[in-house]
Amino acid sequence: MAVRKPPITTREYWAPGHAACAGCGCATALRLATKAFSEAMEEKYGDPNAFAIAQATGCMEVVSAVFPYTAWKAPWLHVAFENAAAAASGVEAAWKKVGRKGKILAIGGDGGTADIGMQALSGMLERWHNVVYLMYDNEAYMNTGIQRSSSTPYGAWTTTSPPGKYSIGEDKPKKWVALIAAAHQVPYVATASIGNPFDFVKKMKKAAKVDGPAFVQVQCTCPTGWKSPLEKGVEIARLAIETGVWPLFEIENGDIWNIKIQAPGGGAKVKREGGRVVAIEFKKPIEEYLKLQGRFKHLFKQPEAIDVMREQIKAMWRTIGVEVTLPKPEE
Amino acid sequence: MPIRKVMKANEAAAWAAKLAKPKVIAAFPITPSTLVPEKISEFVADGELDAEFIKVESEHSAISACVGASAAGVRTFTATASQGLALMHEILFIAAGMRLPIVIAVGNRALSAPINIWNDWQDTISERDTGWLQFYAENNQEALDLILIAYKVAENEKVLLPAMVGFDAFILTHTVEPVEIPDQELVDEFLGEYEPKYAYLDPARPVTQGTLAFPAHYMEARYTVWEANENARKVIDEAFAEFEKKFGRKYQKIEEYRTDDAEIIFVTMGSLAGTVKEYVDHLREQGIKVGVAKMTVYRPFPIEEVRALAKKAKVLALLEKNVTFSVGGALFQDFSRALINESEKPKIVDFILGLGGRDVTFKDLDEALAIAQKALNGEAVDEVNWIGLRKEIL
Repeated sequence: MAVRKPPITTREYWAPGHAACAGCGCATALRLATKAFSEAMEEKYGDPNAFAIAQATGCMEVVSAVFPYTAWKAPWLHVAFENAAAAASGVEAAWKKVGRKGKILAIGGDGGTADIGMQALSGMLERWHNVVYLMYDNEAYMNTGIQRSSSTPYGAWTTTSPPGKYSIGEDKPKKWVALIAAAHQVPYVATASIGNPFDFVKKMKKAAKVDGPAFVQVQCTCPTGWKSPLEKGVEIARLAIETGVWPLFEIENGDIWNIKIQAPGGGAKVKREGGRVVAIEFKKPIEEYLKLQGRFKHLFKQPEAIDVMREQIKAMWRTIGVEVTLPKPEE
Repeated sequence: MPIRKVMKANEAAAWAAKLAKPKVIAAFPITPSTLVPEKISEFVADGELDAEFIKVESEHSAISACVGASAAGVRTFTATASQGLALMHEILFIAAGMRLPIVIAVGNRALSAPINIWNDWQDTISERDTGWLQFYAENNQEALDLILIAYKVAENEKVLLPAMVGFDAFILTHTVEPVEIPDQELVDEFLGEYEPKYAYLDPARPVTQGTLAFPAHYMEARYTVWEANENARKVIDEAFAEFEKKFGRKYQKIEEYRTDDAEIIFVTMGSLAGTVKEYVDHLREQGIKVGVAKMTVYRPFPIEEVRALAKKAKVLALLEKNVTFSVGGALFQDFSRALINESEKPKIVDFILGLGGRDVTFKDLDEALAIAQKALNGEAVDEVNWIGLRKEIL
């Protein structure tokens, strides 16, 4: 009987026994990311272990490295909340100096990347360190108990953006760090999602193989912070792609004008001009994504807020050169 | 053969870094120590120093990159001052807690506000509780030597703590003096290659560095930093002895000058020690029994040496370029701690002076002396005295 090759290496770097919540989408992201990294290192350097990780303070840091235990089977360093990129710069420089082949993986959540770690990230990208920065985006400060970050989407409930008489919840549009990273004209920038794990793995491998800095922003679900069913993480993430909430794209060699937009699936109609996606007509309303999450529950009492969200999503797509149509749910 | 060059303390610090052969340097410019990374970048550009020089976007990232590089097992160096050191503050604790022997050269400068680029010691003094070793240089030669010694102590297996070496803004950073540059071979013998024992980030032997510790382990981790600081006392003496043997220049944690029959001993640090030595010579000519003690090592605080010093004097007059609000100077607290349980102890009178680059003149020292003499005669004096304060503009 023929034995099928597993679609991704069976090597584990993010070991079982970590203390993440049940259903944690970010734990899935880190496991896949390190597996992808390992495959890339094997293909590039002939050594699947040729990498080290520098990680920012955050939920994935505290759940993985509680002394005297560790969930990490790769060399791993944590320094502080805002400096994963700077610490990774130092590790990379040291490796370069001692002639060690391999690549550094820096990991930060949306707080440690979009907010407090933005400066260090910019410095690392601009100085062209051979580092892949992975931003796991669960769209709030989950480590400290679900406070809003600049990556929290419009309308979302968090403990610091509570809906109320004078509040719709988070009232600012989401900050797209991938586009800020791309403005540094680095070799590789991508968005990804645990809703499309094969695509995420492919992108992580690509990022790991380029010479120079790369940035990947992966949306990963947080059942605790999103008030969503434990078993529906991947489904929710996939709906984010299929409803237009989460765009999947790649920007290579700093060419932000040649941004590669991926077809979202879910019945969406994609219009291309010269191979380039210029318009997408989504078939699934964003409500399908929103309704599975308690953090958006209050919006259903104020449908005009969901219309505002639709407009913001359109504006975001316009920024990356795509006109989108977002349907309203059928009455 | 060692060569002598006329140079600023900033250049001396850069030379020390060159001689120590760090593999990674990360630095951000700040007055008055900007010349340190400038000079190092020249060494790197000319191939005289084979190192990765990361031109970071902030001091916070400078020290973070040093932590990353040191955690990857290589010797690292950076330089800063004042606000830059303050911006590193958070990571200074982490470097010490992770037991990474990073060395920082600091051009001692006042802290904002008001913004002031001139000398006092508030920057490094404010970091005295981070776990870092602290050395203070009196002149440019000491700036060079103490950086080499700092590496020797920091990398000792019984210590494994980061170290900072301070030298006064402008008074030393921008002033030229003859400095002897030791032979590279001798420095290589003195320092050797840094062989990390616990920190290396090597895929062949993966370790997790920088973990979370619950209450069950945190105190013990902090205790090891305490213990390492205690161990450093002896290691520093050994390093001083070896340095003297190799390079002929003698260092002590507390260097004493004309203290043997002194009734009043001035205690100070950094370049001010030079001024006070002159002043003591001047007083001795008048038959006044005074001496000076210079704190070369401030962390670990040399408790035994302070106790020995205290036995020699009736009054210890502390001359400090820093303030600990509502208490006095930092030395005042530390000396009080060292002497509180001694059965016989001198009076300790604290003087705050020379803040933000204010010159310390013989006239200022006369003012301090007069107060110290009152204390010597059993008259009541204030415990903390601001010298040279322009009360008319208050």
